[in-house]
Amino acid sequence: MSTTTTSLRAFTAVLGRDVFVTGRELPSFLAQVLVQPVALLFVFGKVLGQLGYTQPGYAQILLPGMIALNAFLVALQNTSFPLVLDFSYSREIEDRLLAPLPISWVAVEKMLFGALRGLFAALLMFPIGLLMLGRVSWDLSGLPFAVLCMVLGSLAGGTVGLTVGAAVPPRRINIMFAVILAPLIFTGASQFPWAQLHDLRWFQIVCAFNPLTYVSEGMRGALLPEVPHMAPWVCVLALLLACLIFGAAGIKFFLRRALD
Amino acid sequence: MTTAVDVADLVKRYPKSRHNAVDGLSFRVRCGEIFGLLGPNGAGKTTTVGVLTTRIVPTSGKVEIGGVDVGRDPVAAKTKVAVVPQRVNLDRSLNARQNLLFHATYHGVGRSARHALADELLDRMGLAGKARARVDDLSGGQSQRLMIARALIHRPEVLFLDEPSTGLDPQARLFLHDRIEDLRSEGITVVLTTHDMDEAEKLSDRVGIVDHGRMLTVDTPSELIRSLPGSGTMDVTIRTNGLTPEAAGGTLAEIPGVQRVERIGRPSGEGGAAETRLRLYVAGETTELLGPVAARLHERTVTVTDLALGSATLEDVFIDLTGRDMR
Ligand SMILES: Nc1ncnc2c1ncn2[C@@H]1O[C@H](COP(=O)(O)OP(=O)(O)OP(=O)(O)O)[C@@H](O)[C@H]1O
Ligand SMILES: [Mg+2]
Repeated sequence: MSTTTTSLRAFTAVLGRDVFVTGRELPSFLAQVLVQPVALLFVFGKVLGQLGYTQPGYAQILLPGMIALNAFLVALQNTSFPLVLDFSYSREIEDRLLAPLPISWVAVEKMLFGALRGLFAALLMFPIGLLMLGRVSWDLSGLPFAVLCMVLGSLAGGTVGLTVGAAVPPRRINIMFAVILAPLIFTGASQFPWAQLHDLRWFQIVCAFNPLTYVSEGMRGALLPEVPHMAPWVCVLALLLACLIFGAAGIKFFLRRALD
Repeated sequence: MTTAVDVADLVKRYPKSRHNAVDGLSFRVRCGEIFGLLGPNGAGKTTTVGVLTTRIVPTSGKVEIGGVDVGRDPVAAKTKVAVVPQRVNLDRSLNARQNLLFHATYHGVGRSARHALADELLDRMGLAGKARARVDDLSGGQSQRLMIARALIHRPEVLFLDEPSTGLDPQARLFLHDRIEDLRSEGITVVLTTHDMDEAEKLSDRVGIVDHGRMLTVDTPSELIRSLPGSGTMDVTIRTNGLTPEAAGGTLAEIPGVQRVERIGRPSGEGGAAETRLRLYVAGETTELLGPVAARLHERTVTVTDLALGSATLEDVFIDLTGRDMR
């Protein structure tokens, strides 16, 4: 049997292991991916709206952003956290590093699986958003492009997660949230349209460095074309670039951690 | 006889380290052999096993497993080897049996085969009752046995056991030894690192002694012991009757064939009845010296209360080669 066939089979099996483990802990996975965006959507989309602190229609702007946020962030967290643990004292990942596939494929598997979880979490936000907001006025012809953004956003989140997870030493895991996740959440244009930030130029520039911005903008542009937004091709290009850069960096860090 | 493991001029220097952890190591393991890799702490055994199992990238040198260059084709090498590491690395998200099943799946063992093998191996390793146990709930010895089962489930050509008996009770150790003997009859090549010299002597067809990342010697345990200068010993317990123990030792050391005399144990008894134990290291046949030793002691009116013959052990060889200094 050729090496490639062996490796592909091992890759599928390693992915199968992750799916199996997730399946067993589905309730905790759902809690992990849904509580935060649902709370955000509820407070900003519903409570503030009803109290009159936000303009009518803000919830509509928020929903695509929350879906984008979930795709990117869940993918990021679900790639990085398990990786930090895997490389910590338990060294649990060793059995997979010794499976007959190239080590870089194990890195790709980790990233891909994180992205799948991100995509799943993003898809879940559709029905939940509909239920919570009651009415959404989306341009359904933009749906395919929105899905493309979700897929690319999940993949980008996975690659960033791979980079972070392989680069952060286990004992630093607690500061990871404060210095990496929180800034990513609030500079990703998921709670505001990036194109309207012209009076806050410096912030607009900061946001442009966050891959999440392009997911949010791409989705909002596709579903709510009347809201000012970034050009779709810019979003796709930026996300592809992010996948490439962080994917390469992530695999490099992963190899450095996995091999002595 | 074909070669299962071929290590040639292996060098490994860890990043930021000032000396080589493995420093020009070469050895060969034949197919079906049980090879003991011995060496003091930090000698480079685990590093060598790491290179052979693709986990450590060598600085230079070449290693082959069953003719496959590990550096050039790590994936093919990984299908041929299995390793039971020094530290537990079981998958804690899975129970005992699932650990075996998933490992087998990674290695492409078919569905019905892996289920049958998992049950058989759990049984053979005395873990049938623990099939559904969480990994965290297993004792050290049980984890060790589960890792051995996991290593065997994809039918490797070469099995690396890195200090497999550390932390095992005598029963578990004997059980492990029996399982290793089973592997010999199945034709699996085993490379075993251990600090337990009796274990190495008992199990290994050949042993290699490593220190400071270099191979000092490779041979069968019995040949190594035979080649040790002063490989036979004679323990004499004497009542010196006025002679100092040093003087008694000195006079014995003059006997041709006695290489070295060492005082062992503490003097016992009181005053003139004080007993001293001396160990004589002998080149050649120990029995031939019985007469001369007894005669010499009789001349000096020293009373012999006990006399025992012994042969050197692998530990003596090990200490002779690697010295007494702790690492
Ligand atoms: N990851 C690492 N980074 C840097 N140095 C290392 C690393 N692993 C081992 N070393 C060093 O390499 C040398 C050889 O270590 P190794 O673990 O191979 O020894 P060993 O023979 O297995 O010892 P022991 O009997 O204690 O298990 C030691 O000096 C050790 O400090
Ligand atoms: Mg070791």
